[in-house]
Amino acid sequence: MTTTTLAVLVPLLPFLGAAAGLLLGRTAPGYVRPLAVLPTLAAFVLAVVVAVDQGGGKSIDASRRLTPTGSVPIDLALHLDGFAVLVAVLVGLVATCVQLYSTGYLRDDPRYPSYAALVSLFTSAMLLVVYSGDLMVLLVGWEIMGICSYFLVGHYWETPEARAASLKAFLVTKLGDVPFLIGLFALATDAGTFRITGVVQAALTGGIDHPTLIALLLLAGVAGKSAQFPLHTWLPDAMAGPTPVSALIHAATMVAAGIYFVARLLPVFAASAAAMTVLAVMAAVTMVGSALAALAQDDIKRVLAYSTIGQLGYMSGALAVGDRGAAVFHLLSHGAFKALLFLAAGVIIHAAGTNSLSAMSRMDGLAKRIPDAYWTMTVALLALAAIPPFAGFFSKEAVLSAAEHTALGDSTVAPQGTGWIVLIAGLLTALLTAAYAMRLWLLAFRGKGAPAPDHGRQPVAMNAVLWVLAIPSIGFGLTTGYLDDWFDGHALTPALTTSVLSTGVALVGGLVTYATWRHTSALAARTPIGAVAAHPEADGGLVEEEAIASHTPAYGDIASAYDPADPGRLLLGPLHRHAATGFHLDAVYRTLFVRPVLAAASLVRFLDREVVETYVQGAGALPRWLGAAVRKAQTGNVQTYLSALLAGSAVLALVAVVLANANAGS
Amino acid sequence: MMLLASGHHPVHHGFLSPTGVEIAFLLVAAVTFGAAVLTVTTKQLVHAALWLVVALGGIAVEYLLLTAEFIAWVQVLIYVGSVVVLLLFGLMLTKAPIGRSPDADSGNKWAALLVALAAAGSLLWVVVDAFRTTWINLDGPGQGSTKVSGSILFRHWVLPFEALSVLLLAALVGAIVMSRKSGDTSGAPGDAPRDKEQR
Amino acid sequence: MHLIYPAGLAVLLFSTGVYGVLARRNAILVLMSVELMLNAVNLNLVAFDVWLRDTLHAGQALTLFTIAIAAAEIGIGLAIVLAVYRNRGTSDIDKLRDTAEGSGPDDPAAPAQKAEAAA
Repeated sequence: MTTTTLAVLVPLLPFLGAAAGLLLGRTAPGYVRPLAVLPTLAAFVLAVVVAVDQGGGKSIDASRRLTPTGSVPIDLALHLDGFAVLVAVLVGLVATCVQLYSTGYLRDDPRYPSYAALVSLFTSAMLLVVYSGDLMVLLVGWEIMGICSYFLVGHYWETPEARAASLKAFLVTKLGDVPFLIGLFALATDAGTFRITGVVQAALTGGIDHPTLIALLLLAGVAGKSAQFPLHTWLPDAMAGPTPVSALIHAATMVAAGIYFVARLLPVFAASAAAMTVLAVMAAVTMVGSALAALAQDDIKRVLAYSTIGQLGYMSGALAVGDRGAAVFHLLSHGAFKALLFLAAGVIIHAAGTNSLSAMSRMDGLAKRIPDAYWTMTVALLALAAIPPFAGFFSKEAVLSAAEHTALGDSTVAPQGTGWIVLIAGLLTALLTAAYAMRLWLLAFRGKGAPAPDHGRQPVAMNAVLWVLAIPSIGFGLTTGYLDDWFDGHALTPALTTSVLSTGVALVGGLVTYATWRHTSALAARTPIGAVAAHPEADGGLVEEEAIASHTPAYGDIASAYDPADPGRLLLGPLHRHAATGFHLDAVYRTLFVRPVLAAASLVRFLDREVVETYVQGAGALPRWLGAAVRKAQTGNVQTYLSALLAGSAVLALVAVVLANANAGS
Repeated sequence: MMLLASGHHPVHHGFLSPTGVEIAFLLVAAVTFGAAVLTVTTKQLVHAALWLVVALGGIAVEYLLLTAEFIAWVQVLIYVGSVVVLLLFGLMLTKAPIGRSPDADSGNKWAALLVALAAAGSLLWVVVDAFRTTWINLDGPGQGSTKVSGSILFRHWVLPFEALSVLLLAALVGAIVMSRKSGDTSGAPGDAPRDKEQR
Repeated sequence: MHLIYPAGLAVLLFSTGVYGVLARRNAILVLMSVELMLNAVNLNLVAFDVWLRDTLHAGQALTLFTIAIAAAEIGIGLAIVLAVYRNRGTSDIDKLRDTAEGSGPDDPAAPAQKAEAAA
């Protein structure tokens, strides 16, 4: 089979798996698990084969036009270059891991068949986005991901948090998708084609007439999908979904789609210095803000969600300085270690029976109960904090050195200012990242107090997956020397200055947090706190659902808990209150958008009920009175009716005769 | 003026010089009309049926005077012979009171009178206006003898005649079905009035 | 003979029948009045047939048909009257008022409330 055929099969297999899973879910429950895992695994293997075939060389393009579609043609096109094949491998790997993990995590869930089918459909859509060479086909996958995300975040729809979160995720991403769609049309009109190669060619030769406008419109969609400021607010709330979903969608793939899209169309964005500056500022604000917010969260998954936003900010920053190789490199390594972090967090929540870090910090021996999660989580946190030699160090180094090149004027793709913005924000975020990674690790695994509850061994599928993902988290950085050929050819190896700087600030952040923790953990014994789910034998999904549902009643807030033993509280000082709520951005949105809409709705309701209704009632009253009058005539006496009928006939006859005579006489 | 010219008879006949047939017709007409009025006004229900016999018989005589003798005999046979008998049976089966019944007329009486007078007035006016001078020539061969009627009926009107026989059969079956006292379907009609009463 | 005589008699008989149909209370008397109206029409048919000397004698043929149909009608009519009498115990027309508009379901508040709930 040719590489093209294999590449077509990659998105098709999970799609067929999803269709079969949905059809057979009720009638043949035994086939659901194989149907969920095997197509995804096959897609992963095929993606690896495609990557090996492509080999980072010249890009492969294939297209088929099914039908003429008007002025701008739409093709079923493949565009396989180094970016596409590598991201596809990542998607396949994470999706396979997540499907395997879900078989254990949602072991007893009655809605597992539809869940697995949706995850397969999602995987298929993401692979379509990755491989597609046509912007319209890409948009199809883009939107399917949106709706799958809506369904999967709302998987625990019995809880109000999940319902609200799924609606919010859908609405906020759609808010970005509308300008995105307009931007795509504008882009296609300017370039005369939807093909990515054609668009990029047009951008390189200056064929795009309105680069700034188009780039900003597209950036809105990217900000929505990739959870960049100011459209990032849906991502922390989306943690109300099951942990595997968070790992797949909200860490490794869907949010990466926005970054990947910009990477594909980077020449279009690079044509506008304003767009690059906006992207850089957006990335900087996202990075620093999310890192501060992550330091204040109590829910372990919300910490990871904010860290995802921050890491996506790094990728945006790399794109803002015009180095898409560094961005996708960080995307790949981040996808691996963030998926690992989420899946390990799922194991921790299952074992501890709570998602609250405050409660975990009062448990003794949680690390001994789940040694696999403990070790892999430690590896992933080190990768997140960019400590050498883990994967995160190399990819983050690539981003920072790209920013440094731009700042010092070595690279001229982007304005020099963007380089400084990204470099400074990146270093600051490296400090904060190390701090919250340290805080997470200390609170989760170094708790003191009552012994952790024993929920038995975790399923083998879940633990095995953790180790599989730990391999790239540790070793992916070693491939730096080979990978630059697959991308644009920029060197991805770490530069000395930025390495020393960032590793230094990361160590400082970690050590300061450790010191603070030593100081505060003494307080933990004095303020008992904690709520633990009551089903030790249940599967992870049920425990997590109850943990999310009970967080607000137990701690007064979905995001934070009042815990003086939290080192983040001391570190942030007066900022803590604001950081815990995501710097009140939700409140701002509520004031700016939700309140006016609600007020307008109540006004419309008032107008409808009190004003329009009055006219309707008035219009109805007259016929009702007439009806009452006519009803009196309906006596039921046939002879009365007949009398009226015949009298009428007589009158008519008389009138006719009189008129005829009068006319004849005149 | 609505004048229907009668081309056959250019000679005008006056109303003040009636022929013998006309005198006879008018006398019988007076009796017929009187009997009809009594039919619809009498308080005794059985008498109404008997006055109806007189009225229908009078009409039969009028047919004879119009030389339609076959129809006259059919009128006597069917109306006087069967219809009135049927009506009498109906009166008896519904236990109609024999003597004077003060409530024979409904409260609709005056409205009915008004409508009837208006109808009579307007129709008479139109008829008189239209046919004031029209003359029926009764001379010549009889136009309604049994022979003529028979040949006309079975030469030109056979199909309607046969269709009529089907109608009569249907009416027969329908009347039997409806007036049967007990049957498979008697349960539902029997329940109906009780339902009404409960409502 | 003047056509006006039979035609006028027919008008008078018809009007009498109309009065009877409208004024009589007993259903069988109403049927009798209907017979009077039918006979008025028959008289008209015969008179015009004789006057016009119709070669098909359509008037007389139709009169015969009318008589036959009237016989059928009186049979069916009496059957109906008997059925009604058996069910209701009366054959008075002005007591058969089931089709009268009741005063129950015309409460104007009920549909308004329904609309409110639907909104």
